Formats: sequence, C-alpha cells, structure tokens
Amino acid sequence: MSGIWSAVLVLSITGAVFAVVLYIVAQKFKVVEDPLIDEINEVLPGANCGGCGKAGCRAMAEAFVKQGNMDGLKCPAGGDEVAKKVAALLGCTPAETLPQVAVVRCNGTCTNAPVKTKYDGLEDCAFANSLYSGESGCAFGCLGLGNCAKACQFDALTVDKETGLPVVDEEKCVACGACVKACPRGIIELRNKGPKNRRVFVACRNKEKGGDARKSCSAACIGCGKCAKTCPFGAITVENNLAYIDFNVCKSCRKCVAECPTGAIHDVNFPPRVEKPVEQPAPQATNAEAQGTQA
Amino acid sequence: MKTFAMGGVHPEENKISTNAVIEEFPLPKTAVILMTQHLGAPATPCVAKGDTVKVGQLIGKAEAFMCANVHSPFSGTVAKIDICKDAFGLAKPAVYINVDENDVWEESIDRTPDIVRQCDLDPKQIVDKLKEMGIVGLGGATFPTHIKYNIAPDKKAEYLIINAVECEPYLTSDHRVMMEHAEEICIGVSILRKCLGVPNAYIGIENNKPEPIAVMKKMAANFEGIIVEPLKVKYPQGAEKQLINAITGRCVPSGKLPIDVGCVVSNVGTAYAVYEAIQKNKPLIENILTVTGKKIQSQHNYHVRFGTTYSDIIAHALGELPETTGKVISGGPMMGKAVSNLDAPTTKGASSVLVIDADEAVRATESNCIRCGKCMNACPMGLEPYLFSALVRNRRIEEAGAHNILDCIECGCCFFSCPANKPLLDEIRLGKNLYRGILMAKKK
Repeated sequence: MSGIWSAVLVLSITGAVFAVVLYIVAQKFKVVEDPLIDEINEVLPGANCGGCGKAGCRAMAEAFVKQGNMDGLKCPAGGDEVAKKVAALLGCTPAETLPQVAVVRCNGTCTNAPVKTKYDGLEDCAFANSLYSGESGCAFGCLGLGNCAKACQFDALTVDKETGLPVVDEEKCVACGACVKACPRGIIELRNKGPKNRRVFVACRNKEKGGDARKSCSAACIGCGKCAKTCPFGAITVENNLAYIDFNVCKSCRKCVAECPTGAIHDVNFPPRVEKPVEQPAPQATNAEAQGTQA
Repeated sequence: MKTFAMGGVHPEENKISTNAVIEEFPLPKTAVILMTQHLGAPATPCVAKGDTVKVGQLIGKAEAFMCANVHSPFSGTVAKIDICKDAFGLAKPAVYINVDENDVWEESIDRTPDIVRQCDLDPKQIVDKLKEMGIVGLGGATFPTHIKYNIAPDKKAEYLIINAVECEPYLTSDHRVMMEHAEEICIGVSILRKCLGVPNAYIGIENNKPEPIAVMKKMAANFEGIIVEPLKVKYPQGAEKQLINAITGRCVPSGKLPIDVGCVVSNVGTAYAVYEAIQKNKPLIENILTVTGKKIQSQHNYHVRFGTTYSDIIAHALGELPETTGKVISGGPMMGKAVSNLDAPTTKGASSVLVIDADEAVRATESNCIRCGKCMNACPMGLEPYLFSALVRNRRIEEAGAHNILDCIECGCCFFSCPANKPLLDEIRLGKNLYRGILMAKKK
C-alpha cells in the first residue's frame, strides 16, 4: 500500500519542481508580440507576392508596427483600400500614392521585328538572354518566352501568341513588380496609371544607334530626339540613343506620339483621334489601334 | 589503353573532312577585329581611325589582368573603331579595317618556311613573349596562355599535357595540323616544357586518329621528353579535367584548377601557335578552321585570319548554304554554339563552321523525366543533371549550388543521353548563371 503513496509523493514533488522551473524560464524568455501585427496581417492581402520588398505579408505587418507609420511602406497588391485599413489600425494618415500598372516597353511584334533565327532551346527568357540576342536580332527586345507571365501571381500577364509580346491585364495588375524583377532585359516598368488610365510611354529599350536599331525592328526608338524637342513640359530625355518619358512630369498631351517617326511612342486608352483629312496616314492609325489592345 | 574513369558517351564521329589539306583562305575586302577574342576583359584599341596597320601590328592592348593582346591579322587602314555584333548578336567593341590587297607584314615576323629549332629564352622570357604575342588557348575556351604558364610560387607543375584528343565529332583542325606541322608542334611543346621545367610532356590523341598518332610518334622520337599517349575513344576526353584523369589518373577536386594537381593542359593548336610566336615572332592572327557538314559539297580545312566573317567563309568554301540548312555552328556539335549572325567576324576561339541539316537541327519533343538515371551515368563529372533540372525549374538555385552545379563542364553528355529529350544542359547553364549571380551578390 505504501508503494502507491510514495509514487504519488515523488510525482507530485517532481511536478511542483518542474512547474516552478517552467514558470521562471517562461518569465525570463518572454516574447511580447504586439497584437497589432496580427490585426494588420489580417487586413493585408495575404498573397505573399513580395511586391513591397519584404519577405511576405507577415514581414510587412511587422515592418508597419515597428515603424509606427506608413512612410515609405506600401502594399502594391492591396492598393488604397488596404492602405486605408492599415492606416486606421496604426492611427496615421495613409500616404497618397498614385496607382501604378506594369507597362511592356517593347514594340517587337512579328511584323515590326521579323524573326531571323529560330530559337529551339529552353523556354526561359533568362537562359535565352544569356545565349544570344534573340530571334529578331534585337538584343534589347522581348524574347517572348514568358518569364514575366510565370512570375505574375495575379494572372495579369499573358504572352500574346500573335504578337509574341506579353499583354498586361490592367484590371488584374496590382503593380507588385514581380514581372519587373523576372524580366532579364528590364523591359517591364511600373508606371503611373495616369488620369482616366491614359498614359504615354516609349515602347522600346534599344540603345543602339538609329540605323542598327532599325535593322532589327522597324518600330524601334532611334534616338532622333524629335519627341524631346516637341515636349512642352520637358518630360522626355534621350540618353544612349533611347528616349524616356518621365511619368511624373508627362501631362499626356500626346504631341510626341504624333512626332515619333517610327511609332515607338505608345498612347493607351485615349479616345481615337478625330480624323483630320490627309493628316494621319493609314499605317499610323492601325499601329495605334494595335497598341491600344496591347496594353 | 587509357581513358577517363567516370561517365562519357559515344556520339557519331562524322570526321568527314580529315583528308582535306589545309588551304590558305583569301583576304577579304573588309574585316572587323573584335576586342573580346579571349576569356576576360576586352582589350583596349590602340589605333585610331585612318591609321595604316600592318599584319601583326598590335591594335588592342591588354590592360586588365585577365586579357590578351589583339594584333591586326590584315594590313590596311583603320576605317573606324566602333561596336560590332558578334556571332550571337551581342554588341562588342571592335576595330574595322579596310584590307589592303598587298598584304604588308611587320618586318620582325619571320615568314620563311625554314623551321627554327633553337630556343634560348628562359621561362620568364617565354611567358612575356607569349603575353606580347597575344597567345590564347585554342581548344575553345580562349584562356590567355601567359596566365596559365605563369605558375604561382606555391604551386608546382609536374605534368605538361598536350590536348590533341579532338573528341568533338566533325572537327578535324587538330588532326590536320598534326599531319602537316608535326615538327613545329614538337618544338612548341619543347618550349612549353622548358617554360614549366617538367621532365615529360604527354600528347594525348584518341585512337580513332591512327595517322596523326603515327606521325607524332615518329616525330616525338627525335625530341627529348615528349610522349605520345594514344587514348581510348570516349567523349568528352578533350575536356581538361577528363584528359588529366585519363593520362595521370589524378582527379581535379571541385572548385580547383589543374595546377592544383600539378598539371598544365594546352591544346595542340596552341602548341603550334606557341612555336610560331616564340620562334617566328608571329602573333596569334590566324587559326585552322574546319568547314564541314554532311550535306555540303566539299569539305575544307582553312588557315583563316580572325576578322573574316562567317558569311565570307561560307561564300568562298561553299558558294551558298544548301537550302536544307538548319543551322550553322561555330565549334563542334556537342559544345559549339549556333551562329545567329553570319555577318559576324570569326575570333581566336573559332575552330569550325559546321553546317547542320534542318532535319538534324531540330530538337525532339520533350517529355517527362522517367528517372532512368542515364544522365547520371553519362556525366563525366559525377553530377546529377536530373536534379539540377528540377531545382533550376523551381528556382531553388542555392540548393543546386550546394550540389556543385558549378562543377559542370557543359559537355552535353546528359542532354545527349536523355531518352526524354529534356533540355538538361540548358537548365544547368541557366542554373550556373543564376548561382554565379548569387555568389557575386554575396561577395558585395
């Protein structure tokens, strides 16, 4: 009989000793996590797209709480809606940012940049880029193997079989920037959506001299500088034979679009121009239409 | 008979241009000399527009450590210094030359057919002269030779190995140079042997080339310390590490260089170039280039000066490409790269213009990996290509790095042996590039 009592006694004493040890350890190594982190994590989209530059949504929530405000932190996937919710939780005013969208800066469609060699290797832009210039011979243009489409978590990018170029679905694109990182040639850029979703950009990355650029693509930017001269706002710079429109300065007047001799400057979502007799040659018009559908 | 221990495959040999005697290639009208003809940084052009240049004149100076001098292969006037698209369409700095038909050479170059046997230079002078003459390895990698033969004081060379294996199908330039310039090669090898201070030099030749073996054996008997070593045919025996393994039985450890196991390997073409540079003062301005293919009319081996365009070579050798041509490869069919820009100039590393027919040029349809392990059996480096394929596809690059992806020598045995036609080598190359990028970023 006494055997049972001794067993009960020993177990009770060990239990008590461990309880004390565990309590001390728990007090000593206590981790206090701000409950705000969990709350913010709840309102974030949870896509873990990495568009904010953090490892995932949880890391972003921690960054928000650590900083205490929203300066310099932005969830591109969530947009203004999420920003407002996070601001309410943090008790600060949300930073005003203009909505952005991914823009494909290449015009090397099958008609503009005809295929001169046939690629038969691995379906991966990064690999093809390390091998050679590309099917059209343009070492700056889109390779059309779809690394950007594979990188997109929001199903907003597809490679158009007809043109061989990626097409951005403006409704779905959240400007997380995954495609920008995936493109080995830096063709995709995040640009402001612009008023009424209307924007103007140079759809080319070719830094070669005009003649060389034209050899591989008829719609390449030849760095002639006409657009920069025409622009009344000084939004266009030409560097290394390539024009660039600063979207923060551009007022979407579209003077440069009419001036560009190769049609390398694209305007999207604008209403069709009022046809003035003789002024607009037919090919330019079809070009603009094609661009409209692309972006 | 010796061969390397691990892996390897037996592609169809197709050495159809073996009997074509080396011909002099005529001068083109204009030439473009790329400043990146070697592994490493581009040379800096040291001529200006309008300058007259002679054959053998220095036009590109090596300023970086990993760089080689570039000499003009033609006489004429410098038309411009600009960028030029290379064979793969990528822009490289280059010197354009309007070629003078009179072909004026530098006076210092000995153009007589006499063979100069005596060499009184000491090892340091030899290395300096190799550097001055812009000699690079002609086996394909175009590694500057003077760097290879400048042995660090804490390392010691024990073996000099001359690579005359030519294990790539189709290529016959090494075969021809051994048949026609055996004595010059042996003198070149003796110079390199003296430079390293090693007792013996081994010339490795695969036994599918009985004629060069006989010629070289006969010639080597007149020289001290040159041993001709016939090897059992197996691709990629001509790869540096495999050749070292075949001849010495040693293995170069992962991430190490041949000199770490006491070996220095040079191509037989390099040995010939060394002879010409040291004994005849002739810089590296030309190479022996095979023009071959199953469906083309005539097979050729040419002495081609660098800067001649691929289209010039095709026009002279074949007139026109056959209509059924699928692709033109610079180098062998296993490791060479398809030329996407035929108007590009040839460079020091070019060893062939290989015309492949359309029905052989297309890849077969890829299917799923069936885990047969053929790629592992074929890999001469003992790697796991199927694993790299999966890791790279899922962008798990650091894991691939941990499995020694950088040890891959890109011989193509895995792709060649894969029954599912998976583009294993493409994936490994991509993985190597990405992993190198990660390592670079970590360094910073």
